[in-house]
Amino acid sequence: MTRSSNLVAAPPRPSTVVGPPARRRRRSRRTGWAGWLFVAPALIFYAVFVLRPIVLTVQYSFYDWNGIGASRWAGFGNYTKVFTDPELYESILHAFELILFFSGVPVLLGLAIAATIRRIATSRLALVARTVLFLPQVIPLVAAGIAWSWLLSSTGVVNQFLSAIGLGGITRAWLGDFSTALPAVGLIGAWVLVGLCTVLLMSGMTKIDPSLYEAARIDGAGLWREFTAVTLPSIRQEIAVCVTVTVIAALASFDIVYISTQGGPGDATMVPGLEIYELAFSHRQVGLASALAVVLIVVVLACVLPIQRLARKGGAQ
Amino acid sequence: MIGSRREVISGRVLLIVLMAVTVLPFVSLLATALQPSGTYPPGLAWPAHPQWGNFTQAFEAAQMGRLLESSVLIVAGVVPVSVLIATMAGFAIGHLRMPGGRVVFLLFLLGLTLPFEGVITPLYYEVQGMGLLNTRWAIILPLIGLFMPFSVYWMRAHFVTAPDELTDAARTDGVNTWQLFWRIHVPLARPAISSLTILLFLWTWNQFLLAIVLVDDPTKRTMAGALGAFQGQWGTNIPLLCAGSLIILVPTLVVFLAFQRHFVVALLQGSLKG
Repeated sequence: MTRSSNLVAAPPRPSTVVGPPARRRRRSRRTGWAGWLFVAPALIFYAVFVLRPIVLTVQYSFYDWNGIGASRWAGFGNYTKVFTDPELYESILHAFELILFFSGVPVLLGLAIAATIRRIATSRLALVARTVLFLPQVIPLVAAGIAWSWLLSSTGVVNQFLSAIGLGGITRAWLGDFSTALPAVGLIGAWVLVGLCTVLLMSGMTKIDPSLYEAARIDGAGLWREFTAVTLPSIRQEIAVCVTVTVIAALASFDIVYISTQGGPGDATMVPGLEIYELAFSHRQVGLASALAVVLIVVVLACVLPIQRLARKGGAQ
Repeated sequence: MIGSRREVISGRVLLIVLMAVTVLPFVSLLATALQPSGTYPPGLAWPAHPQWGNFTQAFEAAQMGRLLESSVLIVAGVVPVSVLIATMAGFAIGHLRMPGGRVVFLLFLLGLTLPFEGVITPLYYEVQGMGLLNTRWAIILPLIGLFMPFSVYWMRAHFVTAPDELTDAARTDGVNTWQLFWRIHVPLARPAISSLTILLFLWTWNQFLLAIVLVDDPTKRTMAGALGAFQGQWGTNIPLLCAGSLIILVPTLVVFLAFQRHFVVALLQGSLKG
């Protein structure tokens, strides 16, 4: 889940000039060759198992192909279908809705919690919490899916709790109900990601210079003002990381949905990742699956790049 | 300072609530796993007669021994190779700065945000073409490739800060490039390398998509992939399913608790740098 990106390519550091020019020239000439030998194995694996498949995905997306027989040129037909077939474009909309839960909830909740516990961030309890909150990051998402399917089932703990506090009227099989299935899936994602966000934001806040808070207090700033004027600007970078990681997790979600709902009921929780899987391997519509895959790759980039740009701009100010 | 005292208390309460919510699914799994096999237990209730035998039953039903072996083999195939070749590439791009290195680096960055679903279809046909479908190589080889963008990015970030003076001094002593890498720079990169190792271990062990697409036989999959098959088979026997899930997530938990400091640091750095 922590796969993420910071597409900021640091500018090459000016190399320190040591020794007479003759020696430097010799060094760069010798390492020129060796450098490529060092990169070659990684590059070969990357080219064979990532770059080539990307090119192939784009190529497949322009054909009708059942995976076995002959393929037929389809032009942009598959793309037209992605944007006109409700089942397909709704899967993309679902992924965006999941962002609310995968990113919105963990980041906002993480901010609130981290700000509240800022003062005890180095206490024993906070250190224990750091470990506990990381547990969801460590276990397979599949296991999280199974555990939560059970918690959210009609006789699960969630309903047990709701009945206990007098809300028995709204109990239901949360993952099986058309109106609540997608938010319920989102809740599982939020559970997985809230710990990571909290700990990340917490560690960002401990790096803030305490004198900034003192200055704010002297200026008569309240807690809220302190939060918006001191805390938020100082942890811009951490917020950007949280948002990036969680947005990718939402758009590319697969494991949790596969385990907890299989995209159902109906297509209520169908997401692009699962749709690609089913199209390509159950329905044998490789071209259509590939077109959706290309759209997904582009959507992820289109969401992540602006976040990175915002964060960088903020950092420069 | 009454205000700050109240802040401390509310902070504590908040932390405890959050931890409780985090742990709840695990407790529920355990309580359910101990219910009589085949029953449909109600919510969260500690069973009157805990059925510890469910764990043995799930262990046997899922052929857990073979699953563990399979996951270990896959991790052993993916992690050392990935770490080694990514360290080499990071060294060349970040420290040797060979001509064209910047272009190569940008090429790797391209893959950083790639969702695995985006390339899973062609990967299937590629692996099929290699005749590796349904073998562990079908998971190992593509994963190494898919891990490269992050790994190279990670190691480059370390080597960019490695001191030039060291290299220059070694050069005057007549050290060749491999020795320079292996004897001087790799030992210095140990913190970055161990963090990367931990992250890759975790991502390999928990890899699900590649396992279910490329390997049909659950006993040749990763733990996570096998759990998917286990759910399909035992989905109606809730206590057994819960017992199986717990067994499957125990290894990562043990490794996590054993190396927890490294883990937290690695994950934090991993997401911050990444």
